[in-house]
Amino acid sequence: MNEATPLTLAALGGVISERSGVVNIALEGMMLMSAFTGYVVAFQTHNLWLGVLAGVLTGVVISALHAALSISLMVDQIVSGFVINILALGITGVFFKGFLQEASVAGPGVLPTWHIPLLSKIPVVGPILFIHQPITYAMLIAIVLVQFLLFRTIWGLRTRAVGEHPLAADTVGINVYLVRYVAVILSGGLAGLGGTYFSLQQIGQFLPNMTGGRGFIALAAMIFGKWKPLGAFYACLLFAGAEAFAGQIQIWGWHIPVVGWPIPFQFLGMLPYLLTIVVVAGAMGRAVAPAADGKPYRKA
Amino acid sequence: MNQRSRRIASAVLLPVISVVAGFVVAGLAVALSGADPLQSFYALFQGAFINPRAFPDTLVATTPYIFLGLGVALGFRAGLFNIGAEGQFYIGALFGVFIGYSLHGLPAVLHILLALLAGILGGFLWAAVPGILKARFGAHEVITTIMLNYVAFALVNFLINNGPMVDKTSSAPRTPYIDPAAQLPILVSGTRLHAGLILGLIAIPVVWFLLDRTTIGFRIRTVGFSATAARAAGISVAWTILATMGISGGLAGLAGADEVLGVSHYMPPSFSTGYGFDAIAVALLARSNPWAMLPAAFLFGALSSGSRFMQFQTQVSADVISVVEATVIMFIAAPVLFQWIFRLRRAPAPPVKLASEEGVL
Repeated sequence: MNEATPLTLAALGGVISERSGVVNIALEGMMLMSAFTGYVVAFQTHNLWLGVLAGVLTGVVISALHAALSISLMVDQIVSGFVINILALGITGVFFKGFLQEASVAGPGVLPTWHIPLLSKIPVVGPILFIHQPITYAMLIAIVLVQFLLFRTIWGLRTRAVGEHPLAADTVGINVYLVRYVAVILSGGLAGLGGTYFSLQQIGQFLPNMTGGRGFIALAAMIFGKWKPLGAFYACLLFAGAEAFAGQIQIWGWHIPVVGWPIPFQFLGMLPYLLTIVVVAGAMGRAVAPAADGKPYRKA
Repeated sequence: MNQRSRRIASAVLLPVISVVAGFVVAGLAVALSGADPLQSFYALFQGAFINPRAFPDTLVATTPYIFLGLGVALGFRAGLFNIGAEGQFYIGALFGVFIGYSLHGLPAVLHILLALLAGILGGFLWAAVPGILKARFGAHEVITTIMLNYVAFALVNFLINNGPMVDKTSSAPRTPYIDPAAQLPILVSGTRLHAGLILGLIAIPVVWFLLDRTTIGFRIRTVGFSATAARAAGISVAWTILATMGISGGLAGLAGADEVLGVSHYMPPSFSTGYGFDAIAVALLARSNPWAMLPAAFLFGALSSGSRFMQFQTQVSADVISVVEATVIMFIAAPVLFQWIFRLRRAPAPPVKLASEEGVL
């Protein structure tokens, strides 16, 4: 559940953005930047909550850049996402070396674990669902919220219409650009929240490239979950489970049968990435993307 | 200015303005991080051109960018985004170093040739995987190539840290040194400038010929223009995708092997410093034109070799190059921005068209 938190938040961001027709491979960069700014703000203000807020705002700002590039300036959505990913690597690298490296001796700590009164006492289910750190709760709420917003509100209907057939949506008077901007920016906020998980909930520190490709794994989870919030969540649980399983094998010290060699830890580390490849290849035939996903819309 | 001269002006000015803008943005980032941007960029310039042996080192750093940039550009021409050049570079280096240190007593020409071919093969195979996945299952190459990068890093890390390729006589984790016969000859004594640069200069016309004068090149460009049209014309899109990815990876693998044979002569676990990612900026800056790859690769060679000195001299992270890179790509890839600046009636053609064709991501 813990490992699944940033994945799910990013995947939910992916779902919203792609439902409106904008491919978002910048999730990785957004998470990395937010992990960074979240940490810096928490460090400077000694307030973890301000750090989380800063992380979310960072996601919003960067996704606004992605939106401006890909929606208004017609930059290829994948190129624009790629730009943001390197920009995030570069900026966090420069600033990390600039002042964090010396400063990171005593970090601001990590977010507290909340026991929900009564509910956490329920056997089995209680500890799984009701003893977590705040961002994990936020993730659980976000799943329900995104599911509701996308499929039960007018806003959701408009967003999906724009992602399927922007021209038709435009014809009936929906502002395609506005809908896409809102979707991409929401997506950035979610990815930003996911990013703060790494620096403020998991280890209480910022490390260069600490997101390690999870933004892309989240995209694969989104595809596997058929562009649906709940589906994406289940897929993220699967990925997080694979990661946890790989960690466990190492702790158990499993050996390869017959020859008796220990399994090299690097192979265990490959597991989530290989699983992503298999999932993307396997799910592709059956999952259907929003029809206008990836297509820029130029108003006539 | 009439439309034609404006378009020519934009073709030259576009990359120049992009690079200038890149430095402005990077300068801002440096200033915000608490360092002096002018001093830092002067150190960058010193490290790239002025210091003793700086210029030959810049040329050494240019070489892998030529191969990698050509590889990525080839993918772009078919509408494929090969973000996996970094991983293919690693695997190519791995194959190259293996042939380099495991064979002995061969004539130098043969040994070098074998090791370079091994590098091409390694990169080819590693890139063929996403090629097959895309052609057969429609798995988007952006995700699969990135994931394979991580797999390649882990594989190399295993083989060279605690696996069968470790040099047991060395205290640092690395492969054994390659046989002297497999080393690429040095062009100018007293420098690190090796014969790989000549190979790079040969690769440019070869890739141009492949793209512009052969059937496979025609297929690549047609698929890049419109997969639907290509299919209607009887071109096998699946085979073209596979071939493009393979050749693109082969070039990246060649870059890796060339680096091992020409510069390091062994392979440590962390080998590249993001060459494969910079190559994407190189390819975009050259607008996927093989001839333009030389100045673009030279620019990034200078940035890369200069940034090492800058990091050493001013404590500003070499990562600042990524900021330059991102800004450059942003400007190059935003034709509308340029249409507006130069008052062109038509925007310059976008350098790549990826997501719009089959945007299943």
